[in-house]
Amino acid sequence: MTDLIDPTTEAALAGLREPAPPGLAHRTLVAVGLADDFAVIDSPVGPLRVAWNGRGVSEVAGATDDATFQARFHARTGRVARRVDALPADLARKIERRLAGDRHNRIDLDLRGSTAFEQAVWMKALEIPRGEVRPYGWIAAEIGRPKAVRAVGTALGHNPVPLIVPCHRVVRSDGMIGQYSLGGPENKRTILTEEGADPDELESLARAGVRFFGSDTTHIYCMPTCRDARRVTERHLVHFPSSRAAAAAGYRPCLHCRPAGASAVA
Amino acid sequence: MPYAPARPSAFRGRRNDPRAERVESDVMVELATADPDARLIAGLAEDLDGTFEALVRAHQDRLFTIAWRTGGDRHDAEELVQDCFVRAYLALAAYPPARIRDLRLRGWLTTILLNAGRNRARVKRVPTAELVFDPGAEPAADPLARRDERETWARLLAGLSPAQRTAVVLRHVDGMSYAEIAAAVGRPEGTVKAHVHRGLAALRTALLASEGPPEGLRAEEIPA
Repeated sequence: MTDLIDPTTEAALAGLREPAPPGLAHRTLVAVGLADDFAVIDSPVGPLRVAWNGRGVSEVAGATDDATFQARFHARTGRVARRVDALPADLARKIERRLAGDRHNRIDLDLRGSTAFEQAVWMKALEIPRGEVRPYGWIAAEIGRPKAVRAVGTALGHNPVPLIVPCHRVVRSDGMIGQYSLGGPENKRTILTEEGADPDELESLARAGVRFFGSDTTHIYCMPTCRDARRVTERHLVHFPSSRAAAAAGYRPCLHCRPAGASAVA
Repeated sequence: MPYAPARPSAFRGRRNDPRAERVESDVMVELATADPDARLIAGLAEDLDGTFEALVRAHQDRLFTIAWRTGGDRHDAEELVQDCFVRAYLALAAYPPARIRDLRLRGWLTTILLNAGRNRARVKRVPTAELVFDPGAEPAADPLARRDERETWARLLAGLSPAQRTAVVLRHVDGMSYAEIAAAVGRPEGTVKAHVHRGLAALRTALLASEGPPEGLRAEEIPA
């Protein structure tokens, strides 16, 4: 295994070794999902920090500064998040469209570390259209765990990607707006209002004991924010305090908002 | 971070006593090289996510060097190395632990890098420079001389055929053994050796040409 190589050539070729550029390791780890980048975006509730890696968006948070965000991110995921200037252009566009209500563009999410139950809750929340709300009990019934209402609330509180997964569209089973992980209940009302829902009206209905709207022409009953319920004219609108009352009056549940499950536990 | 060759050149002992040195240096080589990669492999088999960063840090310099010196473009090399590590990660995630323990990391990563480079080259042709004398590459005596010298050698290297260039880079820039190179490029050891020898010969010729005729004489004035 001897080469006919003179020491000068040998040294010159060995001298062509080159250290990898400083950012290469981090970018590689981001690509495989072992580290993350994050950037700041604007939202109706102020600046948000969005983290992502090669697997998808890993966190959306309202932390006030980079250091706090990085510390919390590391505590939750065990990974290092590095601040960059901006989101990748296609991700920025997707998030902008999603926040504008377009559900037909897929945003990959990195939800490692969560339970199957949590993921089921979050995926169900993704089905709630912009401008509408559903109670915790509705999610519990829809994912086949009708008794797990409290666990649904906890799972939504742990949603790592609020706004993208619209946990703000899930309200208390008594119809009140309830808590919100991204900066508290006021933010929840702001976002819902921005999306075209009316939190004050929803809460006054709830206080009056109204849970469902029905139409006396179709004999179908809905969640109050369902797009079908909102089409019913005042003259034909009927209020129900429970799905049992609606069923007793001969009404069937709407196929779009599927209100039956909500009242089973409400 | 200085580039630490994982394996000392095997011919280093040749200048003194080939046979005696060979045995000792091969043992030294085993001790020096087996350790870091063996530890990495054990870690990767046990906890891929917890060990992968160490793998990246341990191999990024040599893979970047190989990618740059065989491809010729710094930016492309960076993307290629990242691509290589992503492919390696996905493969490791799919392999059972026993298969990971059987890997020879240096050669395996090199193969992935070269394959990724070939796939990319199909889309984007890697340029092969002409082996010609460039007056701008004259050796200088100032502190920049080393840099100029590196550029000269990089340019000479770029003039080799892809097969010779890859063989020379793996053997003499990275310091892989012929057996490792043969496995990595999927060619017989004899072929790899021939590529290295011809590559070195071509480099020498090109270097002499670049140094030009002796001072005071123009090529056409050299007496026959």
